[in-house]
Amino acid sequence: MSSLKTLFREEVKVFNVGIPSFADDLKRQNVPVAHVEWRPPAGGNKRVIELLDRIKLWQADCQSPAKS
Amino acid sequence: MAVKLNVQAANKEAVSRIQSAVPVIKGIGIAKDIVPGMKKNLILHAGPPITWARMSGPMRGAVMGALIYEGLAKNAAEAEQVAASKAIEYAPWHEHNGVGPMAGVATASMPVWIVENKTHGNRAYCTLNEGLGKVLRFGAYSDEVITRLNWMRDVLGPVLRETLEIKGEINLKTLIAQALQMGDEVHNRNRAGTSLLFRELAPALLDSKAPAADKKRVLEFINGNDHFFLNLSMPAAKAILQSAEWIEGSTILTVMCRNGTDFGIRVAGLKDRWFTGPAQQVKGLLFPGFSEADCNPDIGDSAITETCGLGGFSMAAAPAIVKFVGGAAGDALNYTQKMYEITETESTTFQIPSLDFRGSPTGINLLKVCETGILPQINTGIAHKQPAIGQVGAGLVNPPMKCFEDALEAYVETYLP
Repeated sequence: MSSLKTLFREEVKVFNVGIPSFADDLKRQNVPVAHVEWRPPAGGNKRVIELLDRIKLWQADCQSPAKS
Repeated sequence: MAVKLNVQAANKEAVSRIQSAVPVIKGIGIAKDIVPGMKKNLILHAGPPITWARMSGPMRGAVMGALIYEGLAKNAAEAEQVAASKAIEYAPWHEHNGVGPMAGVATASMPVWIVENKTHGNRAYCTLNEGLGKVLRFGAYSDEVITRLNWMRDVLGPVLRETLEIKGEINLKTLIAQALQMGDEVHNRNRAGTSLLFRELAPALLDSKAPAADKKRVLEFINGNDHFFLNLSMPAAKAILQSAEWIEGSTILTVMCRNGTDFGIRVAGLKDRWFTGPAQQVKGLLFPGFSEADCNPDIGDSAITETCGLGGFSMAAAPAIVKFVGGAAGDALNYTQKMYEITETESTTFQIPSLDFRGSPTGINLLKVCETGILPQINTGIAHKQPAIGQVGAGLVNPPMKCFEDALEAYVETYLP
């Protein structure tokens, strides 16, 4: 609770992750903000994620020592 | 059953071949004599395969102009009929070891540059650049266009051919590297490249046996066309990427191209297969009097420069280009920096001064594009969507994600059945 009180007494420093318009809104209100460009892997496309995961598993298998 | 192979090693081999390729100008020839599979009734075009019925306006205009130029039609009306008939065959330049800017249309009697990769021995071809304004590659086919093409076949080609016989081969890798140091990205800005080429050609050209008037006109023609070097930077990029064209398991892109209707890509480990999606609208600066409604979707093989880490991938080297394609100088830096996210390595030859001489982003990796969702950045000219009008502006565009998703599906089907 005490840390929350401190937070609101000090200047707010914002890191915005993902949607740029949130950062833009703060900039318009003169709030300092650092924007981090981030998007979910494969843009959230489940089929693409599944295919990429299959390739990763295959590559892990290809590079593991041969089983007897 | 999945085959055993190391994708990382396959990609390392692909970029190693790309890095070691050395494209040089070997000479100029007539397409029917040197382009594999070229014949009188074959029309080569930019982009992935397409039929006459699906061709965009500028591509149709260029085909009609080429038929008139070849004497296969007397006028535009007849050319349209011939183009739609079974007498004419169409094929992508990329399936005949070449590339063509914008509509990219090439026919049997056109002079073409011969570019050879000295390291691996493969050759790539491209027509000679016509200049700006009303030109075949933007779909224009008026008498002015045909007259210029005739002059290029009868004077420009032979004079340059003799010039190159006197001069000997010209190293395009070093010319492109130098052009990047001088503010070009060798796709939409070729002012430095053209100037450097002029310096290479002029002394030998003056020693040729051509009439003085022809020599003067050829030099004026090159000097008056900042894009003259484009038709060399493109086959140079093609010759570089051909060396990585079939490497089992590799996910490195070897082709990105557009025909004005579809965007197409090819992948090193998926031999001879095309993956396509709809060509996108280009966002940029339009010439006075034109609006977005006039613009044809993305067109041309010139995205081979981006595939090779040049063009939009090297925009940080060419901040002045934003005056032509739109945006601010800082955007040019950002576009290049973003491309490092989807590429395998940095060029050991093509360096970007504003990034402390960092190598250009090289070797687009299909897996990285799919994982990050970051699409390759392309800068390009914009053609009017109707035939016979020409260029209306220039701007920026990305490929459709569908090409990459389809290629990923095919990759898994091929290697992990």
